[in-house]
Amino acid sequence: MENLGLIFAPLFSYKLLIVLFFGTIFGLILGVLPGLGPTTGGALILPFTMTLDPLSAIVLLTAIYCAGTYGGAITAILINTPGTPAAAATCLDGYPLAQKGEAGRALGMATVSSVIGGIASVVVLIFFAPLLANLAYEFGQPEYFALAIFGLTMLASIGEGSPIKNLIAGAFGILISTVGKDFMTSIDRFTFGINELTEGIGFIPVVVGLFAISEMLTQSTLINQILNRVALKAVKLPSIDDYKKTWKTIIRSSGIGSFIGVLPAEGGTVASLIGYAEAKRWSKKPEDFGKGSIEGIAGAEAANNAATGGAMVPTLALGIPGSATTAVILTGLIIHGVRPGPDLFREQPEFLYGIFGSMLIANILFFVLGFFGAKIFARITLVPNKLLWPMIFAVSVCGTYSLNQSIIDVWLMLLFGVIGFFMRRYGFSVVPIIIGLILGELVEGTLRQSLVIFDGNWLMFLQRPIALTFFVLSLIALSFPLIKRKKKNDKV
Amino acid sequence: MNDVHNEKGTNKSLSLFFKSSFIVSAVIILISSILLYFTFTFDIVPPILNRGIQPATFPKALLILIIALTLLTYFISLKNPWKNEKKLPNSFYITLLSFVVFITVSKFLDFFLGIALLSIIVSYFWGERRVAYLIMVSIIFPLIVFVFFETILGLRFPPGIITNLYYG
Repeated sequence: MENLGLIFAPLFSYKLLIVLFFGTIFGLILGVLPGLGPTTGGALILPFTMTLDPLSAIVLLTAIYCAGTYGGAITAILINTPGTPAAAATCLDGYPLAQKGEAGRALGMATVSSVIGGIASVVVLIFFAPLLANLAYEFGQPEYFALAIFGLTMLASIGEGSPIKNLIAGAFGILISTVGKDFMTSIDRFTFGINELTEGIGFIPVVVGLFAISEMLTQSTLINQILNRVALKAVKLPSIDDYKKTWKTIIRSSGIGSFIGVLPAEGGTVASLIGYAEAKRWSKKPEDFGKGSIEGIAGAEAANNAATGGAMVPTLALGIPGSATTAVILTGLIIHGVRPGPDLFREQPEFLYGIFGSMLIANILFFVLGFFGAKIFARITLVPNKLLWPMIFAVSVCGTYSLNQSIIDVWLMLLFGVIGFFMRRYGFSVVPIIIGLILGELVEGTLRQSLVIFDGNWLMFLQRPIALTFFVLSLIALSFPLIKRKKKNDKV
Repeated sequence: MNDVHNEKGTNKSLSLFFKSSFIVSAVIILISSILLYFTFTFDIVPPILNRGIQPATFPKALLILIIALTLLTYFISLKNPWKNEKKLPNSFYITLLSFVVFITVSKFLDFFLGIALLSIIVSYFWGERRVAYLIMVSIIFPLIVFVFFETILGLRFPPGIITNLYYG
């Protein structure tokens, strides 16, 4: 608690304020452009952050995360295409309301509910992350192994799509992390005699490939698609009547989003769908949903932005990413030599509280920029894909090459782009691959170290209460989709 | 965004082997089996240096898990068939081909020539016909990116017929 004052430190650093300003603008642009978004954008910008100090680099990435999540709503409302997956639920009511000539009102509600959700989640982050970090002091290798398994099973069960396909994708991600020299014995694994692979497959080629390149291939199948754009005059602040209708929804969705964000899942996407569904369930006029309900916009937007702070909790306190974008932020921390976890809270509080403060400021900044600049940002969607994607390709290739100056990384990026395209086409989410890749070394390392501690006796895992709790929770998480399906069948 | 139609309704007459669930499962199992074979070629660590398990054990377990889960997915798909996606358009194959062009040109001629060629192919076949715009995406923009990475990040790009001119 004595560190709370450090939250305001970024306000007194002109350098951080400049980084925040540009990060917010860049995040808004990425959020507005369908197919990009904070995850791909964060991965693309990661090589550039090497020119910054660690705090500025992470502040830049978190500003992109906060603003990008909100930016998706602009496109969702004006062209019925979610700029980010997290804004998919916003389309359901945002676009119909815009078609009724109330685009400004829809965007105003999206902006206000996003800011409230975002700020609420940063408050959760400020108070909850240190508590979780304190708890993590009790964790040894077996507990971390069990926690990582729990994270992966949660991702499979409450992420989008089929849980089994998510598990396959997660296992594939962990498998990618095994490429290269085994970190315990230095034995080559899956290197096939290629020297560049002995260091393993980097995070950037995989994430840029799976998100940017696979999206480029997806866009290549949609070149004849015509988008209907709704004209926007100006963003309007919600009226007193709108506030009366939505304040409960915003508070509820902020809570839902923060909670879902803390769980290792697809963060904002799942949060916005649940936030929207709950808004409809509790609404006095559920029949208006899907036809331009202001509550629907508030429910989805407050939840997806609330997930941003929530997802940062396990990322900073445990080093377990809460979403795909926080996996990029975690990579940013690692390449800048910052190891997240309990020690970070004890040794570098000014760094952490600087991030918390920056996230608060980013939320306020995107409110101002979104409110006054939504019309300009909406015009970015006028850039045709036939010009935009070749340019994104050039940045992707150079960014991927720049980190290790390796042409193999560029080829891997293209390979993962093709893999990602076909995975998405056949209903596999690519997010578990990213989380699996990030957690892979932790899973294998803690498993092997635990077995050394246990002298090879696997049953010893069950004698550790915290580890056992995580295993039981993992089993519950895995059985959750089965229970859900059974309930659905019973209803039918 | 893609238009989809249900396999249940339209593909009943199709042979089992042409169903997407069968093809995808077969590809995953085939690749996993090949990789599983390779795990048997990993060096074995003597017991004194071995920490917990052999280096091959963990990847082996993962691959067996992937194969088992893929089989499970396939059997579930027999009851609940996957959605059958529409045929891919030519623009997709051209984009894919442009990747091959990029790899070949960047490997044997020049990295930036590869980017320029890919940009012009993609932009043209996605519908751009205005020469000024084609020049912008294929020459001006990659040049800006090159200068940015070269000067600000101090990056040295791989040698090639164009980059060699710049580096002298």
